[in-house]
Amino acid sequence: MSVFAIVTNAAAAAAEEAQAHAAEASSAGLPQLDPAWWPSQLFWLAVTFGFLYWLMSSRFLPAIAGAIEERRDRIADDLDQASDFKRQAEDAESAYNQALADAKAKAQSIAADTRAEMDDEIAELQTETDAQLAKQVATAEARIGEMKAAAATKVSEAAAETARAVVETLIDEAPTEEAANRAVADAAARLRG
Amino acid sequence: MYRFRAAGPMEQFEILPIVDLHLGSINISLTNSALWMIIGTGAIIVFFFAATRRAALIPGRLQSAAEIFYEFVSDLVRDTIGPEGRKFFPYVFTLFIWILVSNLFGLFPTIPIPGLPHWLHTFTPTSHLIVTLALATMTISIVIVYGFYKNGLGFFKLFAPSGLPLWLMPLLVLIEVISFLSRPLSLAIRLFANMFAGHVILKLFAGFVVSLLSAGGAVMLFGIAPFFGAVAVTALEFLVAALQAYVFAVLTCIYLNDAVHAADH
Repeated sequence: MSVFAIVTNAAAAAAEEAQAHAAEASSAGLPQLDPAWWPSQLFWLAVTFGFLYWLMSSRFLPAIAGAIEERRDRIADDLDQASDFKRQAEDAESAYNQALADAKAKAQSIAADTRAEMDDEIAELQTETDAQLAKQVATAEARIGEMKAAAATKVSEAAAETARAVVETLIDEAPTEEAANRAVADAAARLRG
Repeated sequence: MYRFRAAGPMEQFEILPIVDLHLGSINISLTNSALWMIIGTGAIIVFFFAATRRAALIPGRLQSAAEIFYEFVSDLVRDTIGPEGRKFFPYVFTLFIWILVSNLFGLFPTIPIPGLPHWLHTFTPTSHLIVTLALATMTISIVIVYGFYKNGLGFFKLFAPSGLPLWLMPLLVLIEVISFLSRPLSLAIRLFANMFAGHVILKLFAGFVVSLLSAGGAVMLFGIAPFFGAVAVTALEFLVAALQAYVFAVLTCIYLNDAVHAADH
């Protein structure tokens, strides 16, 4: 056997080996640099990437965007509503405060009015009562005066009568009424003097 | 002999056909890469379908999670592009979620069931440069098409920052054009390289553990270090998976912002 035969045998064996592992590309050199498989890779890249792009842009991404948008809107709405409610509550509070202040003022004015009215009434009653009392006092004094005068007259009359009776008894002659009265008046004047 | 799959660090990236399909002369076979694109996309669809089935005012757990994703990307688009960015939001969102799930699902360890078909092993579609390059090209195409549609020839102002001395213009325009043209490449390679490197490192650490344990004897003890290394790198890779999806989305937004506001420069 020549060297040539050995070499050819070895080559044949190597070829057989290569055939046996035909499925596996030759491990000599980088598999990345074997152009035989480039079209297939590009084809399947285009298919998978293209399909994924189509699904993403037409379905998945709009769905996610929709959900996020909806949530954002909902939160904004809720915040708006909350601020609305807050404003309403503040309005109600200020209205309540206003009403309270009004009621207080009204109560105060009513109290003042009532007090003034009562003061007036009391003053009126007082003047009325005073007037009445003064009238009664005046009447009573007038009567007392009258009675005093009457009593004085009666006393002078009685004194004159008595004097006449005494004189009649003593001298058996009754002075005139006029003389008796004058004598009593003189005596009274002397007594007073 | 049953060959252990993924013995080498590169085998995890191999494309394995499951169903041979041809569109004319173009090979569009269903492969493990296609399968994991479908699994990832299917998982996203199931999740969002469940989350949006009953859009409630008070969200459930799923809806909350979906809304967190939504708000996250929505804020990103609004902060970067402004109100005009609204029309790009579905694109950025799809991009972010697709890359995120693609990155993350590749991190699930394959359950070692004997006889499990090799094409069922977890696979990261974004660990292939052609996929990330296609995504980056898509972004840049939108930037260019929308840029010209919105600004007309004013889109070229993007390459000529205002308020510069005239003699500096040619140099700066050249730099701006180069930086613009390198955008799809840097965008694609950043994501691809992160995924690729992460998975290689994970595989290397895991491979160390297996080989040290199978050595037997006291050498087995040395398997502990790479084991914890693999655990740590896994945690790191989850961070990288999420971060790179985010970075891709952020850069897409920044580039789209250029298209929207090119004439304002």
